[in-house]
Amino acid sequence: MTDTAPPPAVPAKRSLFAQLELDNRLLGMIGAFVLVAIMFNILTDGRFLTPRNIFNLTIQTVSVAIMATGMVFIIVSRHIDLSVGSVLATTSAVMAMVQTVVTPDWLGLGLNHPATAPIAILAGLAVGVAIGAFHGWMVGYLGIPAFIVTLGGLLVWRNVAWYVTRGQTIGPLDETFQLFGGINGTLGETASWIIGALAAVAAVAALLNDRRRKQAHDFPVKPLWAEATVAVIVVGAIMGFIAVLNSYEIPTRRLARMFEARGETMPEGYTAAYGLPISVLLLIAVAVVMTVIARRTRLGRYIYANGGNPDAALLAGINTRFLTVKVFAIMGFLCALSAVVASARQTFHSNDIGTLDELRVIAAAVIGGTALSGGIGTIHGAILGALIMQSLQSGMAMVGVDTPFQNIVVGAVLVLAVLIDTIYRKRLGVRT
Amino acid sequence: MTETRTTPLVELRHMKKAFGGIHAVDDVSIDLYPGEVVGVLGHNGAGKSVLMKLLSGAERRDGGQIFIDGREVDINTPRDARDLGIETIYQTLALADNLDAAANLFLGRELVTATGMLDDARMEAETRKIMARLNPNFRRYTTPVAGLSGGQRQSVAIARAVYFNARILIMDEPTAALGVQETRMVAELIVELKRQGLGIFLIDHDIHAVKQLCDRASVMKNGRLVGTVKVDEVTEDDLLGMIILGKMPEHLAA
Repeated sequence: MTDTAPPPAVPAKRSLFAQLELDNRLLGMIGAFVLVAIMFNILTDGRFLTPRNIFNLTIQTVSVAIMATGMVFIIVSRHIDLSVGSVLATTSAVMAMVQTVVTPDWLGLGLNHPATAPIAILAGLAVGVAIGAFHGWMVGYLGIPAFIVTLGGLLVWRNVAWYVTRGQTIGPLDETFQLFGGINGTLGETASWIIGALAAVAAVAALLNDRRRKQAHDFPVKPLWAEATVAVIVVGAIMGFIAVLNSYEIPTRRLARMFEARGETMPEGYTAAYGLPISVLLLIAVAVVMTVIARRTRLGRYIYANGGNPDAALLAGINTRFLTVKVFAIMGFLCALSAVVASARQTFHSNDIGTLDELRVIAAAVIGGTALSGGIGTIHGAILGALIMQSLQSGMAMVGVDTPFQNIVVGAVLVLAVLIDTIYRKRLGVRT
Repeated sequence: MTETRTTPLVELRHMKKAFGGIHAVDDVSIDLYPGEVVGVLGHNGAGKSVLMKLLSGAERRDGGQIFIDGREVDINTPRDARDLGIETIYQTLALADNLDAAANLFLGRELVTATGMLDDARMEAETRKIMARLNPNFRRYTTPVAGLSGGQRQSVAIARAVYFNARILIMDEPTAALGVQETRMVAELIVELKRQGLGIFLIDHDIHAVKQLCDRASVMKNGRLVGTVKVDEVTEDDLLGMIILGKMPEHLAA
């Protein structure tokens, strides 16, 4: 062997931008999001892009975004789930009853016992997984179309929720449980910076690891400067996000009340920021886990293969029926997780919780680039889709647009997004 | 044909399969030796594809026995067939369009790292190795196979069979979707695989190709076996007669 290895199979001349190897779709969506944000910021005289509003926007997005990541797997598998809002309501009702009746009275733990929240959440997650698996079994093994199974589920679980609580509003919820709601549970400045730093380190490590893996097999890798640029952008985005959340300060009156509750008086000139909400941290964790499942596990590979060509998956020896059960069980799990966030955010369980969420969740996934024909969709896309929808909705509310007109705009945007996506895919010639 | 060379690689005895009242495969027995290509011929609906699906596990047989290396085996799922070294290359190109070549090649048999995560880099490296052997012009490793030509896609499907050391290959009209150049490539590949000692069942409509590539041909009509002949002992017209009329050629019918 000589030193003259054959030249790598990449075209020699590529623009500097192309060498960054960024995802065009993702850039397009981020571009759309930035555009929406800037537009509303101008219309509201700079009130849209304040730390306070960004904080609110993120906690409002969490519940739908968590479910949207699960909807990606459902739609990628060529199914649909119309029941997510109702399943959220049922699991929320179960958790509310567990923490207000079962643990305090039946188990005799009293109110606000430290074990209450974990018990309630585990019960909710178990119910969510069971309902999802049941849906999946009917779709996969009994061969009933998912549209019908979950349309039935939409009605059934909404009203099961009603019977669980006898139609009552249940609250206030356990104090620990309420930490998952957003503004009632934030990490504060120091912890937020630490989490941000850890995330940045993890992101850079992942980039390096990917590069090393490619080099180990002599695959072409990006030039080092491109890799560094991507790393700087990622780290900058993470730290910027933390910085914004850390600059939203807790109102003085609220701080004073917090000190009073502890029987202390607030020092003069004391300030504190909210920092990263626990619910947002939860969403980030869900996003990471779901992305790893999608890209790095057999389960994810099979979900995408089955969505791309069910016959090929079957002939490859994949148990596609059980795969369907798993996909719906994951959806049920995520509905229950969303229920924790949604009910904790309003500090009580109400009958109408999660109403119309199925439409928001499906819209978020679809705006995020998930193709209804199956096989295509990303987790980060769905989360961005949820964020874009929420921005539109709250932006219009801030501008003072009538509620009916808000819905007209959101509906039109959904259709428009899919149209743009269809044109983009046709241009590309390939279903990517 | 009664000469006892070795044990047959595959022996299908009295295979039966019915859909509703239709006997798609009715009491068919054929066999296959190592290093041999057996053509399976017949009209559309003659039952040849169904017969092969019984061997590949895509359909479950109603009756009959399957022997591999003289040992009776039970094949109920595609996985059973794979475990016995039987690979199928389908006419409909059983690839997931949205995945890349490596993901398709390893579908159902992914390579994983020590932590159980998919080892995409290693799978791509292995794919590059095997494709360099089978189709040196293949370049597009990281795009979804939807963007590949029919021949490139077929070479991915064939690579799948070769990589996992299949001993028995079922090819269901492997060249149906291909151009002239690509058809020649597949034909060369069949000769090469045969030389390596694989046994191949080749379903094809093209009598000419069957005469060229196959050692023997089994002809089916209406779910029944008309007969199995050595292709050197018959003319193309004889084969056509078997397919259309369901009769053995006169010089062999005795």
